[in-house]
Amino acid sequence: MSEYRISRSTPESRGGVAFFAALTLVLFTLPWWDGDGSLRTPLVIVLLYVALAQMWNLLAGFAGLISIGQQMFVGIGTYGLLTFAEEWGIDPYLSVPLCGLVAALVSIPVAFFNFRLVAGYFAIGTWVSAEVIRLLVNDSGSLKGGEVRSLTRESLGGYAKETRDNVTYWLALALAVGATAIVVFVLRSRVGLALRSVRDNETGARGLGVDVTRTKALIWVIAAFWTGCVGAVLLLNAPSATSTSAFSVLSWTALVIFMVVIGGNGSTTGPILGVLVFWFLDEQLADQDTWRFIILGGLAAVMAIVAPKGLYGLLQQWKPLQFFPVRRRLIGPGVDE
Amino acid sequence: MIWVNAIVQGVLLGGLFALFATGLSLAFGVMRFVNLAHGDLAILGAYFGVTTSDALGVNPLLSLFIVVPAMAALGYVLQRYAFNYAIGDDPLPSILVTFGLGIVIQNALLERYSADSQGLDAGSIETSSIELTDDIAIGTFPLIILGVAILVLGGLGLFLARTRMGRAFRATSDDPITARLMGINDRNIYGVVMAIAFATVALAGVFLGIRQTFGPSDGPALLLIGFEAVVIGGLGSLWGTLLGGVIIGIAQTVGNQLDVEFGFLNGPLLGHIIFLVVLLVRPNGLLGRRSR
Repeated sequence: MSEYRISRSTPESRGGVAFFAALTLVLFTLPWWDGDGSLRTPLVIVLLYVALAQMWNLLAGFAGLISIGQQMFVGIGTYGLLTFAEEWGIDPYLSVPLCGLVAALVSIPVAFFNFRLVAGYFAIGTWVSAEVIRLLVNDSGSLKGGEVRSLTRESLGGYAKETRDNVTYWLALALAVGATAIVVFVLRSRVGLALRSVRDNETGARGLGVDVTRTKALIWVIAAFWTGCVGAVLLLNAPSATSTSAFSVLSWTALVIFMVVIGGNGSTTGPILGVLVFWFLDEQLADQDTWRFIILGGLAAVMAIVAPKGLYGLLQQWKPLQFFPVRRRLIGPGVDE
Repeated sequence: MIWVNAIVQGVLLGGLFALFATGLSLAFGVMRFVNLAHGDLAILGAYFGVTTSDALGVNPLLSLFIVVPAMAALGYVLQRYAFNYAIGDDPLPSILVTFGLGIVIQNALLERYSADSQGLDAGSIETSSIELTDDIAIGTFPLIILGVAILVLGGLGLFLARTRMGRAFRATSDDPITARLMGINDRNIYGVVMAIAFATVALAGVFLGIRQTFGPSDGPALLLIGFEAVVIGGLGSLWGTLLGGVIIGIAQTVGNQLDVEFGFLNGPLLGHIIFLVVLLVRPNGLLGRRSR
């Protein structure tokens, strides 16, 4: 019997998980104590950005799939919800996972085309794919992407406004917490181990029997599903949508990339940090859209060179803390902590 | 006849696209560098042309003598002091740096020049044309652009094949470490590559500004067109880039004609579809090397 064992948890990760669990619980109860919704309203968008950031991080930080086409899945989610709830009369909240499913289905042929492209060209390839879907939605007679569309009261199922706002908020919370949980669980699984072996040495990983393309495709489809769900909830939260707003590369991909890069790409905590930085900047720069983009874009570009692991990476250099139990460590006599 | 005309105009437009895509093709060929700000740099060049020709009161074509060298210098400096630190086995830093730069350029232009579209006025050359038949006329200026594109691509090909520096480009592209051992300063080579890329994209940007109106957020659409031209032609092949540019040019004009005649498809969409089909049947492009 060996006295060595493998452990993933650390004292601070136990604390980290407890903290995030408590935070989730507090956020869950928010509708009961935030009477006027002054905290709820901005939090919906913040939570949805956490979900988008975690998914982009899963793709780029762990699977090496640098996508500039995430707006495609957001847009599909938005127009999916318009179709399911508005045209077909399905309950809007039950439609949300259906929208994710459509996004996941579309992501398969998209992967089929773009997985042929290497690195930077994959990034632009996903962008082209998103443009194709946007143009198709824009020209489609039934989806009417060129017009301003919104969910009418009937298709919202006759729920009271207060109930609707709360359910939308809870969905956003579930998507944010769920996205973080997906990243943690994927990383703890065999797939996560395969992903990191591919990231560190693709040839070596192949030699050890990792099916690289299948592993990447699995992550791609998961991220598409979740991003599609986010797109649907974005419409529940917004009064209306056009194909330009629903498929916006700036709102749903560029900003998300900047958040992840500033917070820390390839970690679980980093994207959350990035969204908080964004939220803070956003409060300071209200109504100055161009300056917001100049500052965030410039900051991300500079950080990519001087601190590729973002704020979380800088924190790690100072004190290596692991808030989520995802890394395997050997514990036993003679092994340094 | 309208279809023949659409194809002729498409070939001419393709010259502009090819000229625009040259820098993208070269940077990828020599240093596997994908510049996501390439479209925004063309627009920056066009605005630079506006400011220069306004300030000096000269024809925008003359402003090229200032815009092109200035952009080349900017390219060299950016590569030496920023992009070089992002180059490596991991493609993420270079993508982030150029994507961030592109967004900064778009919004800085928006802040400085507003969202209104602008145009460059080059005088009578813009309207003069050669009539082939009653229905088909070739614009003098688009023809000049196509000629310049062929000259630039051909000249670059000769430069790569015949000169000492061109040989250093190719050596660095094949194996940067060995090239360094042979006394080649690869950091400098990369700087020169980016200077050439910025010079050609500025040229394309000013030409574009004379041909049509433009706005601060037109860069990404251009980037996608250039990228499609490079991939259709084949990565690393300069003549392939010309062919790819012409194919995308024809797709734009024919697609727009289809939209006008039958209300179905449009230029950008047809371009994207042709790109996807080529990607499916010939992943290495029409003139690309077979192996990767």
